Amino acid sequence: MSSPAPPSVDLLLELADDELVLGWRDSEWTGIAPFLEEDVAFSSIAQTEIGHARAFYELAAVELGTTADALAFDRSPEEYRSAQLVELRLVRDWGLTIARHWLYETADAIRIAELAGSSSEDVAGLARKIQSEEAYHRMHAQMWADRLAESDEGRSRIVAALAELWPYALGLLDGSQRDRFAEETARLPFFTPPDAEPVERGGHAPDWSPLWDEMTTVRRSAPGSAW
Amino acid sequence: MSVATLTEERVWEALAEIPDPEIPVISLVDLGVVRGVAVEGDRVRVEFTPTFLGCPALELMQRLMAEAVREVGGEPEVVVRSDDPWTSDRITPEGREKLREAGFAPPGPRPASGLVQLVDLQRGPFRCPYCGSTETRLDNLFGPTPCRSIRYCESCRQPFEQFKTV
Repeated sequence: MSSPAPPSVDLLLELADDELVLGWRDSEWTGIAPFLEEDVAFSSIAQTEIGHARAFYELAAVELGTTADALAFDRSPEEYRSAQLVELRLVRDWGLTIARHWLYETADAIRIAELAGSSSEDVAGLARKIQSEEAYHRMHAQMWADRLAESDEGRSRIVAALAELWPYALGLLDGSQRDRFAEETARLPFFTPPDAEPVERGGHAPDWSPLWDEMTTVRRSAPGSAW
Repeated sequence: MSVATLTEERVWEALAEIPDPEIPVISLVDLGVVRGVAVEGDRVRVEFTPTFLGCPALELMQRLMAEAVREVGGEPEVVVRSDDPWTSDRITPEGREKLREAGFAPPGPRPASGLVQLVDLQRGPFRCPYCGSTETRLDNLFGPTPCRSIRYCESCRQPFEQFKTV
């Protein structure tokens, strides 16, 4: 399904909040990933996600008459529209981290592809730009998921992690996109998505409040400071 | 410089002297981020297309372009365009040569879909900027900045930075 109308402000904020919060979570691996290459990879992915968040906040800020910084850092925790998948603190569990990475990038590709068909040339262009950058995220996620599945222990852990996070991952997308998402799991021949109730947006994970506190510390202690 | 002599060509020349903030061997014009220049009297509109959205150098690039326009006597307006995004194919042939000379492998051509697949990066050919060998392998999709991957040359046994194809 394509969505030719320009995206709503709510959708822009969902996209931006997801990317910002995930970028923050990815950066928690900086310095403590299993090896140096992954320190570099997750740090770089975090940087890219936060760049994408900023681009979406800027579009939303025009509509709302505010700034990207104000949207990113001046809202109360309840006002964020992030999906709970990105809020979970998974650092130190590499299997869960790779499972989230694969699920997020796969789901994100579905919604960004819809934006690439937008009637707004700016939105469509931005979506194409994001697609080309996130192609690297998807390659990385797929490589790792396949790699973990090569051993018996690795496979059982990545499968358990994917199953645990699947209901959260469904919450990234709306109803019509979820079937596509389930089909995409064919790229993981060792995984069958479970029947599960999606964890919808609106509520927040218990891990969210401390993260919000950390994310907004600088801005709250120095109101108006710029990104 | 008087207003009357300010031309688009003069502005392009000024922009071509701005080094990329992170890879100073090439200019912003070599990098292909300047999409258009329009001069009207002393007002100069520069259209800029960001390279990587997470790149911290983007704001500096815009500021440097505005300064360069002021130096030739223009009043700058740097506009970010996102309708026709930058791709690595926009790096000029001169820019690619300068990258290679500096030990940076220039990006390969974009696939028709615009989206790179792992097989593209594994099959190559990607040439080592030091010894010219194509016996290289992908070491890390990610590197020290969003625009770079890391490859390893099996011939001269050195890692090198590969500009990403995007």
